[in-house]
Amino acid sequence: MLQLRVARPRRIALIGLAGALAISMSACAESQRESGGDSDGGTLVFGATGAPSNFDPFYASDGETFRVTRQMFENLVGLKPGTAELEPELAKEWKSSEDGKTWTFTLQEGVKFHDGTPFNADAVCKNFERMYNQTGAGATAALSYYWIENFGGFSDGKQPSLYKSCTAENDSTVVLELTRFHAGFPTLLSQDSFGMQSPAAMDEYKANDVKAQGDSFVFSEYARQHPTGTGPFKFSSYDEGNGTVELVRNDEYWGEQAKLSKLIFRVIPDETARKQALEAGDIDGYDFPSPSDWDALEQAGFNLQIRDPFNILYLGITQKNNPALRDLRVRQALAYAIDRENLVKSVMPEKAEVAKEMYPPTVDGYADDVMEYPHDPEKAKQLLKQAGHENLTVELWWPTQVTRPYMPNPQAIFGAIKEDLEEAGITVKPISKPWAGGYIDQVEVAKAQLFLLGWTGDYNSPDNFIGTFFGTTENQFWTSGSPWGKELAAALEEAASTVDPAQREAKYQEINRKLMSEYLPAIPLSHSPPAIVVSPDVQGLVPSPLTKEEFAPVTVSASE
Amino acid sequence: MLRFTVRRVLQLALVVFVLSVLLFAWLRALPGGPVAAILGNRGTAESRAQLREALGLDEPIFVQYLAFLGRALTGDFGTSTGVSPGKPATELFLERFPATIELSIAAIVLALIAAIPLGYLAARHRGGWLDNVGVVGSMIGISIPIFFLAFLLKYLLSIELGLLPTGGRQSAGIDATRVTGFFVLDGILTREWDAALDALKHLLLPALALASIPFAVIFRITRASVLDVLDEDYVRTARSKGLAQWVIRDRHILRNAMLPVVTTIGLQTGALLSGAVLTETVFAWHGIGEALALGFERKDFPVLQVVIIAAAMAYVLVNLVVDLSYAVIDPRIRTVRKGS
Repeated sequence: MLQLRVARPRRIALIGLAGALAISMSACAESQRESGGDSDGGTLVFGATGAPSNFDPFYASDGETFRVTRQMFENLVGLKPGTAELEPELAKEWKSSEDGKTWTFTLQEGVKFHDGTPFNADAVCKNFERMYNQTGAGATAALSYYWIENFGGFSDGKQPSLYKSCTAENDSTVVLELTRFHAGFPTLLSQDSFGMQSPAAMDEYKANDVKAQGDSFVFSEYARQHPTGTGPFKFSSYDEGNGTVELVRNDEYWGEQAKLSKLIFRVIPDETARKQALEAGDIDGYDFPSPSDWDALEQAGFNLQIRDPFNILYLGITQKNNPALRDLRVRQALAYAIDRENLVKSVMPEKAEVAKEMYPPTVDGYADDVMEYPHDPEKAKQLLKQAGHENLTVELWWPTQVTRPYMPNPQAIFGAIKEDLEEAGITVKPISKPWAGGYIDQVEVAKAQLFLLGWTGDYNSPDNFIGTFFGTTENQFWTSGSPWGKELAAALEEAASTVDPAQREAKYQEINRKLMSEYLPAIPLSHSPPAIVVSPDVQGLVPSPLTKEEFAPVTVSASE
Repeated sequence: MLRFTVRRVLQLALVVFVLSVLLFAWLRALPGGPVAAILGNRGTAESRAQLREALGLDEPIFVQYLAFLGRALTGDFGTSTGVSPGKPATELFLERFPATIELSIAAIVLALIAAIPLGYLAARHRGGWLDNVGVVGSMIGISIPIFFLAFLLKYLLSIELGLLPTGGRQSAGIDATRVTGFFVLDGILTREWDAALDALKHLLLPALALASIPFAVIFRITRASVLDVLDEDYVRTARSKGLAQWVIRDRHILRNAMLPVVTTIGLQTGALLSGAVLTETVFAWHGIGEALALGFERKDFPVLQVVIIAAAMAYVLVNLVVDLSYAVIDPRIRTVRKGS
């Protein structure tokens, strides 16, 4: 009997507690939804796939970090929303000398950093000097990737640098001197790493205090807690325990103020979890939804925006470990064997396009008249016969544990290509490895014979695509072993240093023609459009082909 | 007792040392590594070599291990390269540990609250509807994959009914003071009731998912153990003496039936981490389970090392506590130990 006497009040208490909890929870859920709809644009919560590495864009090279920093920092030059075209940002205008080595920028006036210090020519030079004078860990590719890729070396002179000097002529005029002409200049300055940061804040919080420790790097206090730019949002907090980064509107912003009062990034590494969080209203949007979810998301009323593709997926051909692949006819046979139309239709997301060359048509130097390889298995067989490789066997490598915007489903792409190659009588030996578990490492040292890989452009320049792939002969395609490897690298260098735009364009077009007809170090497969999805309450988001969305013009209306 | 404890602690140290050697060698023997995870296909052969050098990965593995051991003994396990790049791994572990503990405690408490009374009742009413439901339920609990259960729970309670959030530990934008790292407790300590309730709301679904296996296991052990005890002579004697029901239940049945249950609770608590890897990933719960999953994906050696070594220590420690608690629960063990 005592059992009942004790149990009943407990049970009642438990039921009561559960009921109270349910009621208060739903009340809580409601109040959050209401608070999301402030009259001034509200709060946007955006799902991120990973934690930002730090908040100093100069030391970053990953998309999840830039997604946050680009809301806080601005560059001298920017991109027109929704395009890869250049437009003024912190510099109102710019002009170059005839030889393209001296660039004079006229700066916006009345701009202040988030710490109240002025943005002026002196601040610009301090930023460039800081980047150029990196030493130790700061001068490694892990931290200064974009500087090394675009400017080359540092002030230590170990490697030649594109950067020569910066002079502040007056408060609003700054002159940048380069050591040589660079076709990508000043467009390359639009990359997130080159955002302008407050010299005072960088000094105060020892921005350069980054060091290698144990197996990695330790960032400065500045990079962790005090990023200071000029942008429409400023840093508020990073709650690692909860995986949220909070930015607040910069009320002193020099341009049109952000509409959102708060912008929160919430780290949700699991793809399905991100989708469910959106469906439940826990977040207002996320990037790169899986193409297999596109239809369902659209049908559920979410606003799915498909960007213009600015990437390339290719089948790389390394001639090193399979001598048969050194014969152009064999490489051409592979190209004829692959049914790229079908690949794009059956495996790639909606609005993906068949790639004719190694970068998308919107990038300068694209040639319309390159040699094409329509699907023709018979021709492939003929070519293999002519080359004396009728019984060709190739290793076909594909990565696991990864999806990339240009490669949303590696296994399916591999399957389709394998089938096509087998149809042309080629024996395929499949090799799969995890992306960071051997795939990249071994592909990069030219171990794979045929491999799936791709690239998303950083800015609109052929140098950022084919220049990166073939600019040196030390590459995944092993062009050092080809009679044309050096010729191709030299032609790329020449094109990149041609000052006259029309001549430069013609040179890149010629390279593209030769790439497809004479060299064929890889078979371009497709350009895939990555998507971004937001709830119907979110207005004003302009998707960028470079996935560089800015959230300042966005509003979130009250839901329900 | 002291000798026993000292011996167990020494065993723990040995286990951790051997584990650290094996783990260190194994991680570095795997293909790929942090360089590929950091640079992906961006960067040249030269920049890769430079990065390997900066990370000390070009040294002989023996030298690398000694350097690691030297630092690890001072609590420095290196800096995260992939889970939270730039953050000291020990700091990351300490920050995320409370999240996992909070989730594990919630899960084990939920499991215990349900499993022990239900197990007892199922045994007392063997063959009845409660027993049948319990047995079938526990079979489902053991066999259903956590991610599927998590998906179902999320779908029903979050997406369809909108009662609970789909993941995370706290709603974005809630201004909560952090004291202990246990979000619910922090909310209570600082009297930020909204924050406490919000954290509790976030805790419920993952805790329910994580509780499924311990619930099922503890239910079955309790039921079996109570069934065994029910047949014992002393229970029959107690009944024939006309003792009160609660005395028979608490002093005779439960007390004697609890020994295997406590062992199971200990083992289940240790095993919670493996469940936490999935649960935390599905619910974006930023604990060490998620860190482990991300660490493997992103080849974050420092994080993997600190998490795996600490998890092993926790596992051994929990078992030590279980062994020691035997003496408290079963007086016979205490007497034997005292006598010896």
